[in-house]
Amino acid sequence: METQQATLSAKDFVTDQDVRWCPGCGDYSILKQVQTVLPDLGIPRENIVFVSGIGCSSRFPYYMETFGMHSIHGRAAAVASGLKATRPELSVWIVSGDGDSMSIGGNHLIHLLRRNFDVNLLIFNNEIYGLTKGQYSPASPEGKITKSSPMGSIDHPFNPAALALGADATFFARSMDRDPIHLREILKRSNAHKGSSVVEIYQNCNVFNDGAFEVFTEKGTKKMETLFVETGKPLLFGEGQSKGIKLDGFTPRVVDLTSGESANDLWIHDEKDRVKAQILSRFFDDPKKENHLPRPFGIFYQEERFCYEDALNAQINDAIKAKGKGDLDALLRGKNTWTIN
Amino acid sequence: MSTTLETKKNVAIMFAGDSGDGIQLTGTQFTDTAALLGNDISTFPNFPAEIRAPQGTLAGVSGYQLHFGSVEIFTPGDGCDVLVVMNAAALKANLKGLHTGGIIIANTDGFDIKNLKLAKYPDGVNPLKDGSLEKFKVYEIDVTKMTRTALADSGMGTKEIDRSKNMFVLGFIYWMYNRDMSNSIAFLQEKFKKRPDLIEANLKVLKAGYNYGETTETFNARYEVKAAKMQKGEYRNIMGNQAAALGLIAAANKSNLGLFYGTYPITPASDILHELAKYKNFGIKTFQAEDEIAAVCSTIGASFGGSLGVTASSGPGIALKGEAIGLATMLEIPLVICNIQRGGPSTGLPTKTEQADLLQAMYGRNGEGPVAIISASTPSDCFDTAYEACRIAVEHMTPVFFLSDGYIANGSEPWIFPSAKDLKPIKVDYAKARNPEDAKFLPYKRDEKLVRPWAIPGTQGLEHRVGGIEKENETGNISYDPDNHELMVNLRAQKIERIADYIPLQEIDNGPAKGKLLILGWGSTYGSIKTAVIEALSEGYEVAHAHVRYLNPFPKNLGQILSNYDTVLMPEINSGQLIKMVRDKYLIPAIGFNKVKGMPFTSTEIKNKIVELLK
Repeated sequence: METQQATLSAKDFVTDQDVRWCPGCGDYSILKQVQTVLPDLGIPRENIVFVSGIGCSSRFPYYMETFGMHSIHGRAAAVASGLKATRPELSVWIVSGDGDSMSIGGNHLIHLLRRNFDVNLLIFNNEIYGLTKGQYSPASPEGKITKSSPMGSIDHPFNPAALALGADATFFARSMDRDPIHLREILKRSNAHKGSSVVEIYQNCNVFNDGAFEVFTEKGTKKMETLFVETGKPLLFGEGQSKGIKLDGFTPRVVDLTSGESANDLWIHDEKDRVKAQILSRFFDDPKKENHLPRPFGIFYQEERFCYEDALNAQINDAIKAKGKGDLDALLRGKNTWTIN
Repeated sequence: MSTTLETKKNVAIMFAGDSGDGIQLTGTQFTDTAALLGNDISTFPNFPAEIRAPQGTLAGVSGYQLHFGSVEIFTPGDGCDVLVVMNAAALKANLKGLHTGGIIIANTDGFDIKNLKLAKYPDGVNPLKDGSLEKFKVYEIDVTKMTRTALADSGMGTKEIDRSKNMFVLGFIYWMYNRDMSNSIAFLQEKFKKRPDLIEANLKVLKAGYNYGETTETFNARYEVKAAKMQKGEYRNIMGNQAAALGLIAAANKSNLGLFYGTYPITPASDILHELAKYKNFGIKTFQAEDEIAAVCSTIGASFGGSLGVTASSGPGIALKGEAIGLATMLEIPLVICNIQRGGPSTGLPTKTEQADLLQAMYGRNGEGPVAIISASTPSDCFDTAYEACRIAVEHMTPVFFLSDGYIANGSEPWIFPSAKDLKPIKVDYAKARNPEDAKFLPYKRDEKLVRPWAIPGTQGLEHRVGGIEKENETGNISYDPDNHELMVNLRAQKIERIADYIPLQEIDNGPAKGKLLILGWGSTYGSIKTAVIEALSEGYEVAHAHVRYLNPFPKNLGQILSNYDTVLMPEINSGQLIKMVRDKYLIPAIGFNKVKGMPFTSTEIKNKIVELLK
């Protein structure tokens, strides 16, 4: 095993199948970053499983030279739960989209998170249904004009960070397809977290929702519109880190460090702080709105909590300790028997 | 006045009362004792859908029918000989089933004005007083008063005292049938071992009931039902769902696989979950999922990982699982789906029985996704059938439906339990690890059974991808090629057909191998058909009975058997489902005999049909 790991490279995780996403799709970058990160994790290739649902992103397992299952719409989290419950030693990665995870699979998402199976959940959020050719998704903003909402969507969107934290996720991070270095770092942290790690990845669908996240990803606006958080560091953003976020009670306020505000008074990010993570998750303003807050990226929250599969195995061990290993003959016999001669 | 002791060959007793009256407990206690004393038995509980329906109402009546005898018993009985009623509603709901000349034991306290009104008797009418029961022998006992008197000095509250009423009735019935009470005494001591006061109270009332029969001069007849001449062996009593759970555990044990049971609570399947959850020391993993879809999908995940994956539900839940079962037919991994059928459609009749989900099992998926289907015919047969479902699933890498229903799931009978070493072995071989220099692994390359390898994560060199999209033959890669799709649809169908080479041939249960009439049944109708055919044969009718366990594929000789009879009659608790499959496959003019009342066939109904066809 040691020797195999030493020789693994990104190429070893590439399958012989042609990648069939549209040219220019953000999924290519995510695939590349995952394939790049995996060799560094020290996990034998055969112990890695990618499970997906349905949608563009869910084709992902076919391109990963690991074990994989392209399951059915919305159900990857449920499939992964059963797999992890029975094979806790495996490294299980769920790949899902915004529709797959939050619409048809919304129920499984929240239950996965509360149970805290030790899996990585990558949500490729492009705020649109791509595979079905362009209907609004549960992440599309209000008013979004699509084929199924010609007058604008009247669905209020989910806020994935708030949804995950509301379901007691033990790890939530946000990254983007256009920032490979950041994405790779987040993927590593996600893997290192013991418990369900949610990584929301802003992913551009250049065919049906091109530019949905461009204010966050493009040079001209990125610095003003994004807030990269790191534990122990103040919340700084803007050109030359000239702006910061200060907490006024529970209310976050943008302060201008060039006009006399002190950097010492800024909110210091602490990924263990649940209350602050909840506030951070609410940095979800429409970037077109005046006085909006920047959109956070990085690890919002991380906590240690027992994993379902560990508790399940602990109960089994306790039962064996208390009653002894099950004896089939004794079980079949039951407590009351009688004999006919 | 002295009491007489009359010997009976068989007796059916119906215990009925409010769902909170402890009727099921009374019934199971009497059953266990009857079994221990060597009677053959069959039972059927009949409870309302609501846990505590309004007291005293017809909707709240809970029943437990027990048929025991010194002769072979195959059903809980067509109707009953003794009807024990705790209130007026219980009488009204069950009187129809009492044989003429039968005994009614009525708790008079349950026939006050309030209870009569709740049971919807007209004002001023009390069936105990108006002569309407003169065809029966009526024994009136004020059970409530007796119980309260017995526990007057106990210091317990009235409400708590009244909870022991069922023990008075049980004690009295024990007296009536001349039964030893030690089994129930031991049961109460175990059940309330943390509450010695309750042990004392219940034993006191139980004995009071027995002594009441002994000392009151009202009752001059006692009955005796001798031990049955049963097959030699060591027996235990078992309920259908319990047997199914044991079958699953046994299969996991014999195959050396971990058992994963993913499910969502639903009547009447939940008892399998309750049973399995007790046996964590067997390494069993039960997973109460967030919904039916997660239940089956988590099970698919576990199967993919190399466990024996079992999911269970009843009709409505199976409908929700349909898409995922289709996925499992594409993945070609083992998956056992237990459907404990109940009355449908939709929510239907949750606590009543029906055999109406056979075609759902057969065809209830998009596209053509064939699965194997087998069905249990009696409570103890649930063990063998669940075991066999697991065997087929892992040896043939396929979803298998195990069909049971509310009637046998909750019914019980004596069972000569097997010993572990005598169970048929279950052969499991995961695909072996490969080295880089080996030829490329082909996840959909098939063996002589058309079965693909079970290649589980963690095995070096077997990395591969599966999914619901059509796959290329052998490689398993995505393929939209038209010829390949047709090939794969055919291969999946042939794989299921080929299971017929690995299952037993169909046997005739009873009657001549050729002749005028064959009754072809499946599932829980077994006992009624068996009883009816025994009777008809003894009266000289030329009738045979075959009961099909393997519903897809059919045993290879089934067509031959059907051709040996002039007429084939197919009783089903549905509007005709197996008959469609039989007519379709064998092109024979089978005659349907259908009942869709949420209740099993009585043997009399079947017998009358036999007579009608052969007269």
